Order: sequence, then structure tokens, then C-alpha cells
Amino acid sequence: MSDLYREQIIDLYEHPLNYGELDPHDFSYEEDNPLCGDVIRISVRLDDEGRVAGVRWEGEGCAISQASASLLTEEIKGMTLEEVKAFPKETLLDLIGVPLSMARVKCALLSLKVLKAGAYGIPEPEEIRGEDQQ
Amino acid sequence: MFDVEKVRKDFPILHQEVHPGVPLVFLDSAASSQKPRQVIEAMDVYYQEMHANVHRGIHELSERATNAYEGARERIARFINAPDPATIIYVRNATEALNLVATSWGRTNITAGDEILLTEMEHHANLVPWQMLAREKGATIRYLPFTEEGKLDLSQLDSFLTEKTKIFSFTAMSNVFGTITPARKLVEAAHRVGAIAVVDAAQSVPHLPVDVQALDCDFLVFSGHKMCGPTGIGILYGRRELLEEMPPYMGGGDMIRRVTLEGFTPNELPWKFEAGTPAIAGAIGLGAAVDYLSALGMENVHRHEQFITNYALEALSEVNGLRLLGPPAAQKGGVASFVIPGLHPHDIAQLLDEDGVAIRAGHHCAMPLHQKLGISASARASFYVHTTTDEVDKLVASVERAKKIFRL
Repeated sequence: MSDLYREQIIDLYEHPLNYGELDPHDFSYEEDNPLCGDVIRISVRLDDEGRVAGVRWEGEGCAISQASASLLTEEIKGMTLEEVKAFPKETLLDLIGVPLSMARVKCALLSLKVLKAGAYGIPEPEEIRGEDQQ
Repeated sequence: MFDVEKVRKDFPILHQEVHPGVPLVFLDSAASSQKPRQVIEAMDVYYQEMHANVHRGIHELSERATNAYEGARERIARFINAPDPATIIYVRNATEALNLVATSWGRTNITAGDEILLTEMEHHANLVPWQMLAREKGATIRYLPFTEEGKLDLSQLDSFLTEKTKIFSFTAMSNVFGTITPARKLVEAAHRVGAIAVVDAAQSVPHLPVDVQALDCDFLVFSGHKMCGPTGIGILYGRRELLEEMPPYMGGGDMIRRVTLEGFTPNELPWKFEAGTPAIAGAIGLGAAVDYLSALGMENVHRHEQFITNYALEALSEVNGLRLLGPPAAQKGGVASFVIPGLHPHDIAQLLDEDGVAIRAGHHCAMPLHQKLGISASARASFYVHTTTDEVDKLVASVERAKKIFRL
């Protein structure tokens, strides 16, 4: 049995937590991992005190990136925006709880990268287009 | 008779345990091939016995280095039946060759309203340089579609090639489907409307006999590292008249005849396009790779890969839930791309790696192709001169194990 794919990871891959769209939201951000095509969007709604009142994610990709998004979104519920911005990557890696190669660390941290980009209000990258693409 | 066991002895890297107790099964040659010791030794000899800058020194070592560098060019020219070594330009890789054509020929000849025809199954290297050119010049890019089977839809070719088409650039072999496209026919069709034909041969030159004069193409590009050669060296073949008219791509040493404070006179072919100290060891290594493949015989290489591909496609099609991409073995090179619903390609590759099986997972630098198929990624096993049926069996067993772990 593979170390990487412990039961919890596969369970979360099959039955993700907090999956779907969130409208309205206070911020929403999407990014992909160009290496493997993993893509994740996270949307967050804050309450009057500025704490995470609602969070949803959608996307597709490998079991590690998808399980990570479920674990992360579960963990940040009730956190302030400042806490979200400061969320340590070590905490997320601990939650995933399996040894990861460098390439897989990228998969595991994609959700956190997306969450922080959204929290900081970074604009999504724009496509450079030809004039009259058909 | 092609003796795969004898060929395997030439590749030192294959004889290792990639994890403790787990022998390497390398099925990722389409991304980058391994190197036979003949290639490694040729570069070693160069560095140990003849390294000096080329085209510059009067001394003995520079003479030796120049002879080895230019000798490799002559053998590479013969390998693809180019009429003249001066039509063989050393570049870094197929990507740089395509950028050179798009920049030098494209910027000179493309104007607003012109059309550039590509296909939907191109590698990013044969998409982005043209998108950049079209954006700069206000030209239009059109894409010849592929069919469900992963073949170019030739029934639409005549409607996509018009008198506005100035360039038709296409792959000779898809890096995802493995489809061998009818390159000769496509070149002819381009010429009928007065367009130039650019052939991305990055996947075909390593695996099939290629003859640029029989193809009658205007440009053809490939990379050394996919054909037993080193990284950092690639080839642009161009029709002599076109190369003569084109402005230089990069400026610097070696690409000039004379420089004054007012300007410069470009060098003659092929050096006009080779600014700066080139990848000398790379060129010598690619020369040795061409010698190696020629000694095996490209017909034999192709026949061996057809045998392995056929074997692999049959075995993989027995795997429940696995969907193969692309046409049957007879119409493709040594590639088996597949998806398994419920099991992401990245996870497949990771689990296969635990069994020592190296495959590629992702979009293989062909995102538009995957978008059209409605998938974000695929898994790809690719084969070369050293691949055995035993290795294919290990691939299939490992895929079955991955499915079991994911409860499929």
C-alpha cells in the first residue's frame, strides 16, 4: 500500500468537503498548476466581524491537491482575514500528513496559494490575445 | 533483426534501481530520451581532447573543435536528406527554431489581414510564437480541427487554406495522440495556395525516416534531446532561398562578416543565424546521436516502436475503465496516452513511480488539445529503441495496482 495515498486522502478525493460555488462572496480567486493542470478556485464570505463565515472551493486535479483544498477550507472557518493571510504552509502540510516530494508539495500548497492571493486581493493574470483569434 | 537487448546495453542509465530494489522502467522518451554511451563519450572526448572556441582560433584545438562541430552539421544534413549543410541551422531546440521562423520570416512577410494556419493538436511551441506574431501584425490564426480519433480533419483542409494563408505550420507527429500526420500532403496543400509550410518534426525525426526534399517543406524543426542527443541543441532546416532572404534573428559574434560603428554585414549561411559561441559539445553530441540512430536504421527503429506500441495498446485496452487517446498503432508513433475516470493522471504517475515506471502526466504542453477533449490532463507512456514488452507488462500491472488503491 502506498504511503502517500492513505485512506483519508482517498476519502476526501471521493467526497470533498466545502465543494461548490459561493455567491455572494467577499473574494474569489482561481489559479492552476501549469505542471499538471490542477486548477482550484476558492471563494470566501466574511461576517460583520471580518471572520470567515462561508468558504467553498471548486476545481479538479490530483488527489493531493483536492484533499488539500478540503482540509484547508475546513480549517479556516471562523478565522479572521489576518489569520487567513498568515496561515502557515507547515500547518497545511501537517494536516495532509503524508511525506511529499517537491513536485507534490506544489500540488498540496496550490489551495493555500489561491486562498492567500484572494485574501490579499491580487488580480488574476490576464490572457494575452491575438487581435482576431478564431 | 533488431536486437533490443543489445540496444539496452548502450544506455547506461537504464541499468539502475530507481528506488531501493525497484528497477527503472523508463517510458518517458517523448518528453526527453535517454542517451547511449556513444553520445556521452563523443562529448567527453570533445571536452577532454579538443575543446576550444569554433571559427576563431588559428591554433590546433580550435581547428579540431571547428571540424567536429561542422562535421556534425554535415551528418545531420544527410540524416534528414537536406540538400546542403548550410541549410542546417543550430539552435537550442525545436522551440527556438519555431521562434526563429516566426520572428525572422514572419515579421518580414506577415501583414494585417494575413492568415496563419495551425492545427488543434499542436504543442505550445507551435502555438505561442505564432500567437505572438499574429498579435504584433494583426494577422489571424486559424486552427485545422482534429477528429474524435485524434487525426487531422483533412476534409476541412481546403476551406481552412485560402489565398490569405501565408504560413501553414503543423506537427508531423502529435506528442499526445502519437498521430503521424500526412506531412507530404499538407505541404502540397499549403503550396497550392502559395503559403509556406513549416513542419514541427520534434516527435518524428527521432522515430521515423525523414527526408526534407521528399517532403518539399520550407522549414522543418527538431530537438536533439528527444533523439538520443543532449539538451541545448536543436535544428532548423530551411529552404536555402528563404534563409538567404531572412534577416538575422539574434545579433552578436559569429553571425557577422564585418561590423562598423555605423552597422554590420551579416555572415553567410548557416552562421548568419548562429550568434555567439554555440553549443559546440551539443552539436557534436547530436552528430553522434545521428550516427547511432543511422547505424540502427530508422526503418528498424520505426518497426520496433510499432511492434511495442501495438503490444501496449492491446494490453492497455484490456484495463477496465481505461480510455486510450488517439488512433490505432498502425497510424501512430510510440506513444500511449490514456485517462482513467476517477484517477487523476498525476496520481497515476506518482503510483507508477513507486513501481519504478516513469511516465508523463499532465497536459504535455498541449492545453488546447486537452480542452477540446474535455479533460485537464492525461497520462502518457512513450517508447523508444530500448523499450521491451516486459516493460509494457510492468506498466499495465502498475496501472492495475493504482486502480486498486483508488478503489476502482
